[in-house]
Amino acid sequence: MRVTVNGEVREAPDSATLADLLASLGIESARVAVERNLEIAPKSLWTAITLADGDRLEIVQFVGGG
Amino acid sequence: MNDSPLIIAGKNYSSRLIIGTGKYKSYVENAAALEASGAEIVTVAVRRVNLSDPTKERLTDHIDPKKVTFLPNTAGCFTADEALRTLRLAREAGDWKLVKLEVLADQKTLYPDMEETLAAAKILVAEGFEVMVYCSDDPVYARKLEDSGCVAIMPLGSLIGSGLGIQNPVNIRLIVEQSRVPVIVDAGVGTASDAAIAMELGVDGVLMNTAIAEAKDPVRMARAMKHAVIAGREAYLAGRMGKKKYADPSSPLAGLI
Repeated sequence: MRVTVNGEVREAPDSATLADLLASLGIESARVAVERNLEIAPKSLWTAITLADGDRLEIVQFVGGG
Repeated sequence: MNDSPLIIAGKNYSSRLIIGTGKYKSYVENAAALEASGAEIVTVAVRRVNLSDPTKERLTDHIDPKKVTFLPNTAGCFTADEALRTLRLAREAGDWKLVKLEVLADQKTLYPDMEETLAAAKILVAEGFEVMVYCSDDPVYARKLEDSGCVAIMPLGSLIGSGLGIQNPVNIRLIVEQSRVPVIVDAGVGTASDAAIAMELGVDGVLMNTAIAEAKDPVRMARAMKHAVIAGREAYLAGRMGKKKYADPSSPLAGLI
């Protein structure tokens, strides 16, 4: 299936969970937040959320800013 | 030398200076400037993780959110909806409720869009956020933001990143006089005297980024700002002398030869 992550289209195996996707991207969970189809995906649910074709994900962290 | 601490949303801070973490040459320089400034709160931005290099150096590798209060902002947001999405993500990422709301109207001036700002503030407060709000120097909107439950009112001294100093002392003073929550001048400070002028107006604190980050020596400027904020605060508490039209000798006239 195809999902959009931070504006980029990515292939993910069918039935992959959000946790699987983050692991495949090499993203550590500390101080990262995920939005799935405009809803917050809480960290506690990452292993339980199964991705669907066409999902739009935003993965963010804190950076320097004013 | 008694002064009450700065209290924001029930938490005490001994420093009245808040600094940004943008525009520094490196996170190392940023951390050194933070140390020199004595600030206990830093603003931070929320941005997409770099997928091509997710292990790239991070802000949190250099500034520890357990030691310094991270204040996530919504810089770059031009609608209430964008700001809400950003701060919901920030709360999820850091598990903090204290946030800085700014909704901008215009790229050229980065002036706040007060209609969108007020709308976003009401929703955030209802969702349990503690909202420090960047706003115009309009006392009417400042009051509406306070009435909506914001925990700090943060009017600009002049445009973001302009370094033009405090262009609106009368309005800042009006906001100080009417507010029951801390008033923090956010944006416009260019050098140390600007920070002192803001504090002499009776504001509770000053927030700045570019004045330190774009100084030739940011660490030294951070130290200057620390002293300026303290000096301005002390002068405000001390109460300045009255202004006079003509000279008034400091030495006694009696006993002149």
